[in-house]
Amino acid sequence: MVEKTKSESKPGSAGLGRRVIAALPKEATLILIFVVFCIVLSILTPRFFTVQNLRNLVRQTATIGVVSLGMTYVIISGGIDLSVGSVLAFAGISGALLMVGGTPIVLAVIVALALGALLGLVNGIAIHEGRVPPFVATLGMMTAARGLTMLVSGARMVTGLPRPFVQFAQITIVGLPALFFVWLLLIIASIMVTQFSRFGRNVFAIGSNREAARLSGINIRLNTYGVYMVSGFMAAVGGLMMTSRLANGVPTAGQMYELDAIAAAVVGGASLMGGEGTIIGTVVGAMIIATIRNGGNLLGVNPFVLQVLIGVLVVVAVMIDQMNKGRSE
Amino acid sequence: MSVKHLVQMKKISKGFPGVQALDQVDFDLEPGQVHGLVGENGAGKSTLIKILMGAYKADAGQILLDGEEVEIRNPIEAKRLKLGAVYQDITLAPELSVGENFFLGKLPRSLTGLVKWAKVHGETQTFLDELGIQVSSRSPVRRLSPAQQEMVTIAKIVYEGSRVVVFDEPTALLANEETEQLFDIIRRLRDAGTGIIYISHRLEEIFEICDTVTVLKDGRRVVTCPVEEIDSDTLVNRMVGRNLEDMFVRQTYQSAEDEVLLEVSALTRQPVFEDISFRVHRGEVFGLFGLVGSGRTEIVRSLFGAEKPDSGSVSVEGAAVHITTPAAGIRHGIGLVPENRKEAGLATGLAVDFNINLASYDNISRLGFIDGLAERRRADKYVKDLRIKTPTVRQAVKKLSGGNQQKVVISKWLCRQSKVFIFDEPTTGVDVGAKVEIYRLLDELLQRGAAIVFISSYLPEIMGIADRILVIREGRSMGLVERAQFSEERLLRLASGLEAEARTANSTA
Repeated sequence: MVEKTKSESKPGSAGLGRRVIAALPKEATLILIFVVFCIVLSILTPRFFTVQNLRNLVRQTATIGVVSLGMTYVIISGGIDLSVGSVLAFAGISGALLMVGGTPIVLAVIVALALGALLGLVNGIAIHEGRVPPFVATLGMMTAARGLTMLVSGARMVTGLPRPFVQFAQITIVGLPALFFVWLLLIIASIMVTQFSRFGRNVFAIGSNREAARLSGINIRLNTYGVYMVSGFMAAVGGLMMTSRLANGVPTAGQMYELDAIAAAVVGGASLMGGEGTIIGTVVGAMIIATIRNGGNLLGVNPFVLQVLIGVLVVVAVMIDQMNKGRSE
Repeated sequence: MSVKHLVQMKKISKGFPGVQALDQVDFDLEPGQVHGLVGENGAGKSTLIKILMGAYKADAGQILLDGEEVEIRNPIEAKRLKLGAVYQDITLAPELSVGENFFLGKLPRSLTGLVKWAKVHGETQTFLDELGIQVSSRSPVRRLSPAQQEMVTIAKIVYEGSRVVVFDEPTALLANEETEQLFDIIRRLRDAGTGIIYISHRLEEIFEICDTVTVLKDGRRVVTCPVEEIDSDTLVNRMVGRNLEDMFVRQTYQSAEDEVLLEVSALTRQPVFEDISFRVHRGEVFGLFGLVGSGRTEIVRSLFGAEKPDSGSVSVEGAAVHITTPAAGIRHGIGLVPENRKEAGLATGLAVDFNINLASYDNISRLGFIDGLAERRRADKYVKDLRIKTPTVRQAVKKLSGGNQQKVVISKWLCRQSKVFIFDEPTTGVDVGAKVEIYRLLDELLQRGAAIVFISSYLPEIMGIADRILVIREGRSMGLVERAQFSEERLLRLASGLEAEARTANSTA
């Protein structure tokens, strides 16, 4: 508090650290934190910076990374999607059942993705037409989609998946897992969409000020549908990635993923008030969270302690962001 | 010093990163004084008040209350010292009743711990009645009109028995009648020895209600003097270095018009308005005048498509507009500059270039992707054309002043190449300098061949700007007045129902 008043009266005398952080774009700060983090871990444990570990880390992060991309669209639009974990499981199980039942892999994948987008559309309809707050609508979907997953699978794992599908998660391309490239592809696509497309502009406008967006001729209905469909689609991609990685359809997959995805976006600078957030931020946010888990495991830190740390991180990230905003106001 | 000062603010300075908001400002207030505080936006009025109310901490200077130095560290202390303020934005809890708001945080309880509702509503109602405010203590605040909410806020401050009351632009939401009511309350407070600080952009109010006036400019005090010793021209001059007579005047007025750009016929939305018809010609400013709550805003929102009318038709350049959504109105070339620009006109958290292009991204995109160069070029063009003061087009709109924000809204429609511009109270919360610029912009729009619908509840403004004025009362047209027949009295009589014009007047428009 004292330092704050001082730096207001004499901007030149503010702490160097603060000034550097304030001058950098938010994403650059995050990347910096991430890099420092990796360096520290490499010094602390020789097992962190090994090809095997990094490959593993990337493979694990890819799934939640993809889910958080979809969450970023929703959060920028001023909404929230709590159903992603359940949609992930439902799409994964549906794809698995189809494949086991003899449907060609490509067709099964397409149907699973379409199902994910469809559940997203149902969210969008409930939110726009039914005027149900996103939190409640997607909370309902979270329960319902999990129930559907249990129903279609009889609450049992789906085994006997075709080999090529299972092998996909094991392939590496230039040393990196194929799953990483799926993530990378969707990252690039999402950057393009959020930064350079009309849909992206509309999502930002709606999140920043829905009424102003409407009075500027933006179709709120279609864009709301769009946002939740993207989120459902991404969750379905995550479901297929996970099914491939686990070599089985797992009906309990993706539990708590909604929270990890929200955490990744928020640590990455997205605002739950809407109108603010970047894909790069979310990607780095997801990587920071995954690295904390991974590094903690390697160092033998109690996983419950890690859980606490990640919780604290999410809150602190938002606090720092709010303080920065307060100062520049 | 023989005069007993209630408040003395001495050599107050306050800087924000990049600006010196206040520079050694002195400000005194005596008991029973109504002290006007004027200046352009950014002159430092709000900062000075926020320091007095404990919302900001001054970098230097001292505050004396009854001659004793006090330190007001936060708004709670200000309240304890009996300093009260009515801000532009309403600070009541919307879901609670008027009475609950009055007793917020100190609801009287019986021995059993239950709230004594009869006492709450009884006392509140008596007090409201005494002030002549026609509001029920039991009604939830959100059901009240903005003007009623403001009157309740004022009543609450008075009820709390503040020794100093600050009114920050209190009449922005009020119609003439309510303004009179407010002035009565102010006079009452004054006679009871309360010190009053009155901030307003409407100078004639300063002359009506204040006895002393202080002018701030760029964070410095320019002058403090009794209002009898200064006239409005000098006052404006002191504020901006410009004369009043330039203010409400357009360069040319339309004489004989020909081409009808906008035609509204029998537009109805029950129960708000009924059977509204008018025509607006190219190059014309068509005024819509009415008291707050008369339905003028709802009329223009309906013809734009923001709300669906029950019946009636709208056409632009002879082509019927199928009014369902704003998108339809926009496609036909209608642009709405809404009354509450922060809530409805702008995505304030986003950049200037984003907001300028907000309504026209479909014109500069291919296959769903935006031509970034065109976006930038358009933004630069309008920032330059409209002299929008911003460091870069990437600046968030919320960091601009009210006048510059309003120019961004106007740019949005220019960028969309709208032909019919609807301005709903475009100069509220905008300082004198920016007002003049907005009036000049109207002229420019007209010269580009636009037609303008202009709503204002401020008579000198609408009489200075409009070619013709349609007066609305309780959702019905009361008559169309030509420029030659403009007079404050005439318009007010129509608006308040004292005079009924032949209803046929508008069908010949």
